[in-house]
Amino acid sequence: MKDEITREERVDNLKGMGCSRKRVEDARFTQGKGNYVDDIKLDGMLFGDFVRSPYAHARIKSIDTAAALEVPGVLAVLTAADLEPLGLHWMPTLAGDKQMVLADGKVLFQGQEVAYVVAEDRYAAADGIEAVEVEYDELPVIVNPFESLKSDVVLREDLVAEDGSIPDGAHGPRKHPNHIFTWEAGDKDPTEEVIANAEVVATESMYYHRTHPCPLETCGCVASMDKVNGKLTLWGTFQAPHAIRTVVSLISGIEEHNIRVISPDIGGGFGNKVGAYPGYVCSVVASIVTGKPVKWIEDRMDNLMTTAFARDYHMTGKIAATPEGKITGLQCHVTADHGGFDACADPTKFPAGFMNICTGSYDIPTAHLSVDGVYTNKAPGGVSYRCSFRVTEAVYFIERMIEVLAIKLDMDAAELRRINFIKKEQFPYTAALGWEYDSGDYHTAWDKALKTVDYEGLRAEQAQRVEDFKAGKTRKLMGIGLSFFTEIVGAGPVKNCDILGLGMFDSCEIRIHPTGSAIARLGTISQGQGHATTFAQILASEIGLPADSITIEEGDTDTAPYGLGTYGSRSTPVAGAATAMAGRKIRAKAQMIAAYLLEVHDNDVEFDVDRFVVKGAPEKFKTMKEIAFAAYNQAIPGIEPGLEAVSYYDPPNMTYPFGAYVCVMDIDVDTGVPEIRRFYALDDCGTRINPMIIEGQVHGGLTEALAVALGQEIAYDDMGNVKTGTLMDFFLPTAWEVPNYETDFTVTPSPHHPIGAKGVGESPHVGGVPCFSNAVQDAFRPFGNTHTNMPHDHWRIWRTANELGLHG
Amino acid sequence: MIPAAFEYYRPKDIAGVLSILEEHGDDARVMAGGHSLIPMMKLRMADVPHLIDLQDVGGMSDITVGGDSIRIGAMVTQADIIDHEGLTTAAPILREAALQIADPQVRYMGTVGGNVANGDPGNDMPGLMQCLDAVFTVIGTDGERDIPARDFYEAAYMTAREDEEVLTAVTIPLPKGGWAYEKQKRKIGDYATAAAAVQIVKDGGTCAAASIAMTNLSDTPVYSEAASNALVGTAVDDAALGAAVAAMLGDIDPTEDNRGPVAFKNHVAGVILRRAIARAWSRA
Ligand SMILES: Cc1cc2nc3c(=O)[nH]c(=O)nc-3n(C[C@H](O)[C@H](O)[C@H](O)COP(=O)(O)OP(=O)(O)OC[C@H]3O[C@@H](n4cnc5c(N)ncnc54)[C@H](O)[C@@H]3O)c2cc1C
Repeated sequence: MKDEITREERVDNLKGMGCSRKRVEDARFTQGKGNYVDDIKLDGMLFGDFVRSPYAHARIKSIDTAAALEVPGVLAVLTAADLEPLGLHWMPTLAGDKQMVLADGKVLFQGQEVAYVVAEDRYAAADGIEAVEVEYDELPVIVNPFESLKSDVVLREDLVAEDGSIPDGAHGPRKHPNHIFTWEAGDKDPTEEVIANAEVVATESMYYHRTHPCPLETCGCVASMDKVNGKLTLWGTFQAPHAIRTVVSLISGIEEHNIRVISPDIGGGFGNKVGAYPGYVCSVVASIVTGKPVKWIEDRMDNLMTTAFARDYHMTGKIAATPEGKITGLQCHVTADHGGFDACADPTKFPAGFMNICTGSYDIPTAHLSVDGVYTNKAPGGVSYRCSFRVTEAVYFIERMIEVLAIKLDMDAAELRRINFIKKEQFPYTAALGWEYDSGDYHTAWDKALKTVDYEGLRAEQAQRVEDFKAGKTRKLMGIGLSFFTEIVGAGPVKNCDILGLGMFDSCEIRIHPTGSAIARLGTISQGQGHATTFAQILASEIGLPADSITIEEGDTDTAPYGLGTYGSRSTPVAGAATAMAGRKIRAKAQMIAAYLLEVHDNDVEFDVDRFVVKGAPEKFKTMKEIAFAAYNQAIPGIEPGLEAVSYYDPPNMTYPFGAYVCVMDIDVDTGVPEIRRFYALDDCGTRINPMIIEGQVHGGLTEALAVALGQEIAYDDMGNVKTGTLMDFFLPTAWEVPNYETDFTVTPSPHHPIGAKGVGESPHVGGVPCFSNAVQDAFRPFGNTHTNMPHDHWRIWRTANELGLHG
Repeated sequence: MIPAAFEYYRPKDIAGVLSILEEHGDDARVMAGGHSLIPMMKLRMADVPHLIDLQDVGGMSDITVGGDSIRIGAMVTQADIIDHEGLTTAAPILREAALQIADPQVRYMGTVGGNVANGDPGNDMPGLMQCLDAVFTVIGTDGERDIPARDFYEAAYMTAREDEEVLTAVTIPLPKGGWAYEKQKRKIGDYATAAAAVQIVKDGGTCAAASIAMTNLSDTPVYSEAASNALVGTAVDDAALGAAVAAMLGDIDPTEDNRGPVAFKNHVAGVILRRAIARAWSRA
């Protein structure tokens, strides 16, 4: 048989790894044909919505639902008293704390869920909410964690024993009623010694403000209890549908096989949709009570004010170095504001996430980190907004400390980074705070970045600009923002990563159909990342069937294998690895079938793109399509019919993507308006599956980084009122505010990942925030600035200029 | 973000509108583009049991550019203003300002009448109309009357228009000389941190006439006669700019909000005004 197309064409036909395959999801998304949770409409479906607390801290004297029940269309109003007999007025959080589902005697943050109104439609529910009468007794409000640790006001009476003692929390001893935990990594005494004896020490305090992921689609669910067969179906915006099923089972007592959780299309998650929220619990209860499906959908204000904030870290750092700039030690202390309940979404053993990646990309011999979690009268959450657990905080911290040290040393910050980078030959590298970095080539990436942007030229231009400014020739300063980040993603090894006791492996199950097409199901769930596109590409390369012939399905717990979901850039590192491994099982069986068909020994055939060929006789082959058919129509001795495989992958380590970013900014000192002139982003995410999708992810992550650095904030006043509860004040950039991004890459594969991929969806956010921030701060460096806190919105930039005396 | 229940009316003429307004008084309100009113209803900050949609009422959607004045119907949208060539030639500041309002989607719905009648200090057109010395025509059951834009605004959401009156048109004397609408905002679709509308007439090297109004720096738009006067008779040099800014600062009264504290707003108001004057002067 003569092959009609070239090998190259056969590779192209697969649209496998490395190809900028167009996203298969986009046909439906761009035509408005997606199926989101709010698109779900069931017969007799009811709507639930919350009465929310106007106060940040208050005791509830009474709740009167009588008038609400008179509102036409309102069927029921649930309060904590109704949930208590079911044991559902409180629920466990992912962080080992518990959280009120509905206010149980008091409220701890503005917007807290007080009662749940169930009605025939959303309009009646909204009218019902207005009619519920709640009497509050206001209590003193604490919005500052430092004050909280000194205050006599006890926020969580439930966590103080009757004799006034303070029982241990989920993460050990607590030193104050409003204290949640102390968590440490590294070596305290040696680090303090290094710092005490160092010739140069730079110290800085910085506040990483509270912000919020802002997916276009807010959180929501539809719960439907079928009382005839006892099955509960729960559709929702879940980033981890399988974990949600387990949680629902554990707290409701419904057996897991009777619960089906479905994540339909999800309009962005960014961490906001990882947690379990009162809306889910109340909708399930309401469906059980009424026997009808119940929908709950947040509006934008609910979303911004109540479900899962991000950051709110007060960080203090000390960095020690030699006069030449070699870093010798790093210390970091964090006071973490967790709000009224500790509902952080982190692996169980890591109450501050992977904050201990805060030594960054640098070879720092000694380090120590300690984190204190604190309760305040703010909304609970503490999710990883487009990052792996607390990695944005860690990278921001170290990338600011490097800049502060450069100022102290009067050194160029690019050069300071260069002399401290972990060297290529040091990988795998064990950092002072414990992580083992898998691979990296930082110097190559840094040099490429600096060369591409003509770093020296930029510094010369900046120096000229300073001269011109001082001479009164311009009112604009120029800032050069640098950042070099190392991420830690792909949680993670089951030996140290679990959530509620569930090991953080992931999974893939593949079925090859007789005609040579396939379906693969994974334990993850896309929220816009394009899994249906990229996972098919991994498989195409592994099993030699075209990506276009492979359906990827996720999110239905009745059909998909168990997995821990999508966040922390874990889909490709974990489920992507499972996909490759399951593909290899398919290939192994295909090899036996091919050998049988070609009448040779198993070891005499080898895989070649889309077929098995007889070694040394390439004209003798069976395509994967032929093999698939044979698997279903031939009785092959010693081989079961069919062609299926499943793999559960427990990664041996995390992956450590890295990158080098440069931002050039012009700042109008009179108005505080920054203008981003250039943004260059070099990402190394290991093996690249789909360059176009990588570029899209980088653009999106950088845009969210710009948002956070330049204005996106959840701000509270002293009374605990949220000042930024709508998109008028909560900064969500549009195409207009976003610069043209230049993307670039190097490739340093992960040595332990089956295809060498590391994950990229979050890198641009992690590396982007310090880069934008550093650009602003660098502009003011020649005038004496060492550090100013984000967000760098107009008035705060103006304030910096003002305080530095630049307004004459 | 769901409004309370309301009755919806869609009358065909002004008489129909006026009779509903008369019948329900305070409980009725007209809606033009709805892009200020509907958000307030959804937040339940505006309670409107009887909502009268003006979309089918004829005669309020024309732009007429005359020999010495321009008449803009109340239902003319911000997008219409941007697209109207004759208007842009006659009063280019209108287009420059309209392009800085909200975003294209909002501008297709938002009307001139709604923007000036709303009474929100954040709206851009009230200050613009004060700068242009526009006159608003309102009609009630007792007939029509004209109210100068400079006398229209009393406090936030309080205007000289009676509840039962409908604003039908805005009339502007043909503007002369150079123009500029300068606005600082945090992002597309945002209301002004500070905005300035400036018209300047140049005679030889001196300023013969000037008109200055500021937006979102008080609970009403601020027409600053003192700032305008500070320019007249000068060469619009640095000293004159300084005097105009100082005069303007005496007339505004900003409050702190998420855009920033008062000191910042005052500073930015001065910067924005200087830039607006400089640009208008360069075009005069
Ligand atoms: C996202 C967003 C951003 C925006 N940004 C800006 C901005 O930057 N600058 C800006 O100026 N505006 C902005 N707006 C407001 C927008 O321009 C509105 O469209 C405008 O303020 C009101 O016009 P409208 O036709 O929509 O009026 P409506 O919302 O229909 O009405 C507003 C008020 O005016 C009254 N009214 C309307 N027409 C009449 C009439 N003929 N007679 C008497 N009373 C009447 C109504 O009863 C109501 O009280 C923004 C709006 C949105 C949603």
